[in-house]
Amino acid sequence: MFRSQVLICGGTGCTSSGSDEISKVFEQEVAKADLQDEVKIVRTGCFGLCALGPIVIIYPEGSFYSRVQVSDVAEIVEEHLLKGRPVQRLLYDETVTDTGVISLNDTNFYKQQKRVALRNCGVINPENIEEYIAMDGYQALGKALTEMTPEQVIEEIKRSGLRGRGGAGFPTGRKWELAAMYHADQKYVACNADEGDPGAFMDRSVLEGDPHALLEAMAIAAYATGADHGFIYVRAEYPIAVKRLQIAIDQAREYGLLGENIFGTDFCFDLEIRLGAGAFVCGEETALMRSVEGKRGEPRPRPPFPAQKGIFDKPTLLNNVETYANVAQIILNGADWFASMGTERSKGTKVFALGGKINNTGLVEVPMGTTLRTIVEEIGGGIPGGKKFKAAQTGGPSGGCIPAQHFDVAIDYDNLIEIGSMMGSGGLIVMDEDTCMVDIAKFFLEFTVDESCGKCTPCRVGTKRLLEMLTKITKGQATMEDLDKIEELCYYIKDNALCGLGQTAPNPVLSTLRYFRDEYVAHIVDKKCPAGVCKALLTYTIDPEKCKGCTLCARNCPADAITGSVKQPHVIDPQKCLKCGACIEKCKFGAISIQ
Amino acid sequence: MANKISPVPFNGTKEQEQKLLEVIAAHKDTQGALISVLQQAQDIYGYLPIEVQKIIAEKMGVPLEEVYGVVSFYAQFSLNPKGKYKISVCLGTACYVKGSGDVFDRLSRTLGISSGECTPDGRFSLEACRCVGACGLAPVMTVNDEVYGRLVPDDIDGILADYQNR
Repeated sequence: MFRSQVLICGGTGCTSSGSDEISKVFEQEVAKADLQDEVKIVRTGCFGLCALGPIVIIYPEGSFYSRVQVSDVAEIVEEHLLKGRPVQRLLYDETVTDTGVISLNDTNFYKQQKRVALRNCGVINPENIEEYIAMDGYQALGKALTEMTPEQVIEEIKRSGLRGRGGAGFPTGRKWELAAMYHADQKYVACNADEGDPGAFMDRSVLEGDPHALLEAMAIAAYATGADHGFIYVRAEYPIAVKRLQIAIDQAREYGLLGENIFGTDFCFDLEIRLGAGAFVCGEETALMRSVEGKRGEPRPRPPFPAQKGIFDKPTLLNNVETYANVAQIILNGADWFASMGTERSKGTKVFALGGKINNTGLVEVPMGTTLRTIVEEIGGGIPGGKKFKAAQTGGPSGGCIPAQHFDVAIDYDNLIEIGSMMGSGGLIVMDEDTCMVDIAKFFLEFTVDESCGKCTPCRVGTKRLLEMLTKITKGQATMEDLDKIEELCYYIKDNALCGLGQTAPNPVLSTLRYFRDEYVAHIVDKKCPAGVCKALLTYTIDPEKCKGCTLCARNCPADAITGSVKQPHVIDPQKCLKCGACIEKCKFGAISIQ
Repeated sequence: MANKISPVPFNGTKEQEQKLLEVIAAHKDTQGALISVLQQAQDIYGYLPIEVQKIIAEKMGVPLEEVYGVVSFYAQFSLNPKGKYKISVCLGTACYVKGSGDVFDRLSRTLGISSGECTPDGRFSLEACRCVGACGLAPVMTVNDEVYGRLVPDDIDGILADYQNR
């Protein structure tokens, strides 16, 4: 038995800020203090509060150390582990109160959360199957195989009300039922772990922090639908996730939880990893399946649906990582337990990746129906620098923005559609008054133009034309007529594109037009960018009072737009100015300003 | 399209080719293994010039046009050699709203190259990427496997100088 456990986050966020090194130094320092038989060091998955990384948590106290540096480790070992005195200056501020140090579970960030999909992330060592088993792991698979028929498993999932967490929210039980219906010599189950929505990292955390939960759920799905082979399609950009998944697969095989005659039954199941190669469209199900087959990831029309003709033309069940992460818990605790959480038509919890202009960047899991206000103000800790909330963007390039007037809408699938956004996979980017909504719409369009596979014309050409018109607006060259054309084209693309990527590509434009039309108009009519972002609409001027005539700006201007004699105030020619900002960077007197 | 056939002459070694043939042999009987083979081939050569694609096409019994079709479809595959230090700036949403566009512009200006290009001395190549997943550190860039977070444009000169001296 160990008297203390040191949990060090091994997620991508904390690893990027050096948690590998911290872990090594902890091992060394603990050994130096001769505590290796009393203190256990565990590399876990993501704790969620990525903004404070690298994070170290020491149990049994639950002390939460944030932004730990290698140079802090010796002090923590000496003071906390040897002498039993937590190092207050390194603890997360919010856990240090007048009455003492509180547990991290009582902080604003954690206390409103309900962790189902992320239940083991940051709790267990993902590279050790026994830790997963100790958390009731693989019990649900055992229960399904030995006590339930495939029909009963599907019925349980249906009754739970679980809907696909990848974006569209299709009822999961119904999908399983369809996949079970078709008979073939070979059937597959697959997992979509191609998390391409920029700014979303929910699935990665499950893969990195609790890979066995995915394997167990896929085995249950295979049993329910009559498949015996699985594919996990994961982004090559997630090296840590891929490594841990492979370790998990090897361990599960070794323990007989994958392979022949699992739990002594007739059920056989094995799976393999297929790496994506960087194409956003491969998150679309038919494109993903083509990519698993080693081909160009282009979508195709449906029907036939994957349940009938999927990977290698065989019936295939495809679910997203977070959807699978709920399955074992539903089988173990029952559909009623799951359905008790959430709203009427959206059950359970949802994981969001909070990012952008928010204090507590990270991963949160809340019951469906939680308001945006709770997520942003309470859990997210508000917006840095006392700036004003302007909008939150959900659903990435396929979604839309939620403006301040809908701050109190209960977030679930249907409400988000109603206000012109969508759940998407769970990226939630907060924007403040310094964000230009036209620029954001343009940003997402640039993304879709880049990622359009080119197969269908509405998407390939339509998004490109849309981007050109948006660019005109941000340059102050558009007319009000263009605005009407933009809207018309948006609806045309929505109705005619082949796959989900194209059909949803205009959403960021439509939703910003719906709520921030005045910003578009300001760009077009007043030739002004209210947020001060669109470069072409800014004017650079030199304050003659402050200018000392040092000529530094003129010498650094790449366009020769600045003129003036030595020791005389200089002037910028707005016709020549490229708005590159080089002059502002060089000016030592703060004489140059942007309007 | 930025990804044109490379003007740099191909100079693969016998050892590299041997490794590639081993990879192909290991995957020959796996259904749909082309992408996996290409990924490993890129690890061996650093990029996928037409010469390498030809070997793969021939040994795997796949038409060259299909190999080229896959290579040119996916962003991960490169027809051009990369710099010794591959700089990748995250232009994902979380980084973008925190100003990674300015970081990218500064790099582009300082190095004198745009996205997908390599400096003439072969030292640095620059690209924009979509989300490395370290959103807590936004804005983020990576130089090979090293991650730099919470960047402002003024950090760039120092970071580049560090690599100039290596």
